[in-house]
Amino acid sequence: MKHVISVLVENKFGVLARVAGLFSARGFNIASLSVGETTDTTVSRMTIITSGDDQIIEQVIKQLRRIIDVIKVSDLTDESYVEREMVMIKVNADNKVRAELMQIVDIFRSKIIDVSPKGFIIEATGDSNKIDALLDLLKPFGIKEIARTGCAAMSRGSQKNHK
Amino acid sequence: MKKGAEILVESLIKEGVEYIFGLPGAVLCDVYDVLYDSPLKFIITRHEQAAAHAADGYARGSGKAGVCMVTSGPGATNIVTGLATAYMDSIPLVIITGQVPTSMIGDDAFQEADIAGITRTISKYNYLVKDVNDLARTIKEAFYIATTGRPGPVLIDLPKDVLSGKAKYEYPEEVHIRGYNPNVQGHLKQIEKIAERISESEKPVIYIGGGVILSGADQEVEKLAEAINAPVASTLMGLGGFPGDHELFLGMLGMHGTYWSNMAVNHADLIIAVGARFDDRVTGRIDKFAPNATVIHIDIDPATISKNVQVDLPVVGDAKEVLRELNVKVKEKIKKKPERASWFSEIKSWKEKHPLSYTRDKKSVKPQWVIEKICEMAGENAIITTDVGQHQMWVAQYYKFKKPRTLLTSGGLGTMGYGLPAAIGVKLAKPDCPVINITGDGSFQMNMQEIATAVAYKIPLIVVILNNNTYGMVRQYQSLFYNKRYYATDLDANPDFVALAQSFGAAGLRVENEKDFDPIFKQALAEKRPVIIDIKTDKDEKVFPMVPSGGSVKDIMVN
Ligand SMILES: Cc1ncc(C[n+]2csc(CCOP(=O)(O)OP(=O)(O)O)c2C)c(N)n1
Repeated sequence: MKHVISVLVENKFGVLARVAGLFSARGFNIASLSVGETTDTTVSRMTIITSGDDQIIEQVIKQLRRIIDVIKVSDLTDESYVEREMVMIKVNADNKVRAELMQIVDIFRSKIIDVSPKGFIIEATGDSNKIDALLDLLKPFGIKEIARTGCAAMSRGSQKNHK
Repeated sequence: MKKGAEILVESLIKEGVEYIFGLPGAVLCDVYDVLYDSPLKFIITRHEQAAAHAADGYARGSGKAGVCMVTSGPGATNIVTGLATAYMDSIPLVIITGQVPTSMIGDDAFQEADIAGITRTISKYNYLVKDVNDLARTIKEAFYIATTGRPGPVLIDLPKDVLSGKAKYEYPEEVHIRGYNPNVQGHLKQIEKIAERISESEKPVIYIGGGVILSGADQEVEKLAEAINAPVASTLMGLGGFPGDHELFLGMLGMHGTYWSNMAVNHADLIIAVGARFDDRVTGRIDKFAPNATVIHIDIDPATISKNVQVDLPVVGDAKEVLRELNVKVKEKIKKKPERASWFSEIKSWKEKHPLSYTRDKKSVKPQWVIEKICEMAGENAIITTDVGQHQMWVAQYYKFKKPRTLLTSGGLGTMGYGLPAAIGVKLAKPDCPVINITGDGSFQMNMQEIATAVAYKIPLIVVILNNNTYGMVRQYQSLFYNKRYYATDLDANPDFVALAQSFGAAGLRVENEKDFDPIFKQALAEKRPVIIDIKTDKDEKVFPMVPSGGSVKDIMVN
């Protein structure tokens, strides 16, 4: 089962390696990992998407908590949370298909951020399902390149434990 | 303002450090220049791996953090095995490595290695200090992290310019690390539940591990065992955590554990695991381990709980603190000591069915016999270090450890070459205790250069080589599971260990038959210098019982 784990860590060099190393050393798989500073610049938030049965996830979380630089770990999966990912897609767009593409971009509330004679670069944000759906729709036009950021996630409402 | 090297040395003194084990390098010359006038003693080993093991031996013997200091690059990479050894057994070490100047880090400079990167997964924590202003705080934190919670080794990498740079020196009084708050006190409600469950149990077994020794919980374990009248089995790391001659003691459990302790665990209705981690050498096949038992697990490290074996009642906390509370609760719950007559008679029948035994013969001196003799002659203050192999298991089976911190062995990583340097370290921590390294001819050759260190510092210790001219434990596997197709296990070109010892300036003695042993061992105990005793033993002697790896108690081989 897919799990979304939010980890607050000290914003120091080596921390990313420690967290990623924990996964690789134990053969746990990371589907996506994103990192950024929080409002407190000494603290960063990592959002890790991983999957496994309950026992594996429990181990992952315990092992994460064991890392000295890890301040807080929450499994958002069972809470109500929002997740977003950003993607840039370079897609073939000659004159014949431009209108159609622009419609798709519109429906997905995404943006065209670069235009060239042969193609577009489309920027989209949303949860992973939406992004996957957009990619599926664009595939027939010929996708040349994509860059995905990986997910960022946050629990809903007023829980204060997630900075 | 003080130089980084001065800050380092003064901080080590504030931490109560007596000895630094290490080997020199030019990047550390700023430090030596300060050490020159300091009360700290620097023990130069002949190999950095040995420096780490010696610091580890000092730590296991004293309960304080051991300190090791080595140079950048190859000096640093040479400590990797020592670090991993300490990490696996949760031993507090502070390892200081020199590093090339910050301006050159990452340039593949001469004698540069990314030791922080290399050791990330085998240290509890590590630092690369890039600013001399962070140095004092880093050292304070390193000792704190190494010695609290589940202890472990911490590495501090110090670039040359940090050691020669200057900063205001203030040694912090306290440590605040947001993400590190070990849970010492156990949850009281949970402890109460455990006491309740214990009072209902008919066939309990207490299973102790190294955590009992690390937390100093041996007295509490004894009190618990006596109050609830439960037999106690120990892991290799837990030996000494419960008196080896106590009537409730079952001996070691697991792969080479006693038949009856494995059977007891297998038939138990309750397992009370204290400071143990359900290592695979203990459990064998997980799904067949203690199939009928409720499992209680007391451990300081939440990550060990239900890692291997599903635990029913966990308590996270320091073993000593938790057991102290538990003993109070047990006293309230259990008014009259249970007799458990049928449980003990069951255990007795297993013990009678397959006692630990070996056959003596005229041909050779039996290693098991040697260990029994050493145990008898060395006295209860003696500290034994071992290496890894058959001799290690015979020590675990036949030596009766009565006090904590009297067996030093690499349980987790299984490091050959650990024993001699560890003996050097522990002898410095406990100068009044006889220190004996029981080793194999294979293991001894992994760090035998350290005889020179022992001779140089006049450290009297005894090395007993159970010399079977082979990598015995591996040969045993080949014998039992590979149809005696011996390969890569014979040690044909062994040196003459007696002559070798003498060439180092140590005493070299040889035991050829049983009757030689007494006088020679007596002489060794009286020597004021290192002694190496070479004892020829039989290649084909085997360690039994044995649960083949991945097997269960049902697969136990008793001879
Ligand atoms: C550094 C290291 N290398 C290899 C091994 C694998 N190993 C485990 S036991 C053993 C044989 C040990 O031989 P010896 O020290 O002579 O002891 P014996 O088993 O004969 O008592 C070996 C090679 C190890 N544990 N450690």
